[in-house]
Amino acid sequence: MSLLDHKFGQGGIVVSQLEDVLNWARLSSLFPMSFGLACCAIEMMQTFTSGYDLDRFGIIPRPSPRQSDVMIVAGTVTFKMADRIRRLYEQMPEPRYVISMGSCSNCGGPYWEHGYHVVKGVDRIVPVDIYVPGCPPRPEALIGGFLKLQEKIRKETLVEPKAVERFLANHKSAQVV
Amino acid sequence: MTYTFQDIKEAIQTQFGADVVVAENTALQQPQLTVKKESLKDICFFLRDDARFYFDQLSCLTALDNGVEKNTLEIIYHLYSIPFHLFFILKVESERGDGKEALPEIPSMVDVWHTADWHEREAFDMYGIKFSGHPDLRRILLPADWEGYPLRKDYVEQEFYHGIKVAY
Repeated sequence: MSLLDHKFGQGGIVVSQLEDVLNWARLSSLFPMSFGLACCAIEMMQTFTSGYDLDRFGIIPRPSPRQSDVMIVAGTVTFKMADRIRRLYEQMPEPRYVISMGSCSNCGGPYWEHGYHVVKGVDRIVPVDIYVPGCPPRPEALIGGFLKLQEKIRKETLVEPKAVERFLANHKSAQVV
Repeated sequence: MTYTFQDIKEAIQTQFGADVVVAENTALQQPQLTVKKESLKDICFFLRDDARFYFDQLSCLTALDNGVEKNTLEIIYHLYSIPFHLFFILKVESERGDGKEALPEIPSMVDVWHTADWHEREAFDMYGIKFSGHPDLRRILLPADWEGYPLRKDYVEQEFYHGIKVAY
């Protein structure tokens, strides 16, 4: 946990970095887009219920891609669905993240060889930040995925945002020294 | 009285002639009757409307590919009579076609049972069977621009779909 999660002595002034405050705010209110594709979605719904209570992390499903920060791809991605997923992802505002939940969306899962209709990994259509293994993953695993994502966001910096990093990695020639 | 498989078969033969039956398989737990493609629709109307049977429900319509070597394809109709609790399995055999330009043609049963509508669309989607007389024959499960018919024995999946690699 970060410095901001601790209790401070007498209140008053807290000195921190702007980056830390912004990252803390962002990682404490991750709004996933609510949609599910297959049996993983059942586990995802269960994770949202009071038993596992994702709300305690500030994770509340949003009904629109335009209000969401993170997309949970929960289930088998068929080719028919692939176009829709890509469009939904493009409708989400930056910064946006993708959690690939379960074997199917990680790599095609049981459909990897004979599943002519299944996209062999959702990372072929959208960039994935966190892969949650399992078939389907238990709610604990999905929570673990969110904690990993929070780690990732905590390390992000305004000076060198992730998108720029990715761009530089892809375009070695464009690198500025 | 309850009608057996033989009774129903004989009733069909009396109505349409003995040569309408191509083959039968009674060794199975559910006996099956293969009939001529040309008289299929008349037989279906007969089975539905005849007061002895009233096969008013088409429980399932499915297809079966016998492969390139045999070059045949079967369409299987599972019929059920709600008033008399009777079961009957009707089959027709057809040429296979190459699954690209030449598709096998089977008369549509939508006029007889409306259930056939989506079932025939599924059979078309998976096997590439053209049901002539179907009101709205298009793919039901796969995307409209999908290439090929996946449940055919010689099906080869396409390399790319909308720029996404299909193989693992």
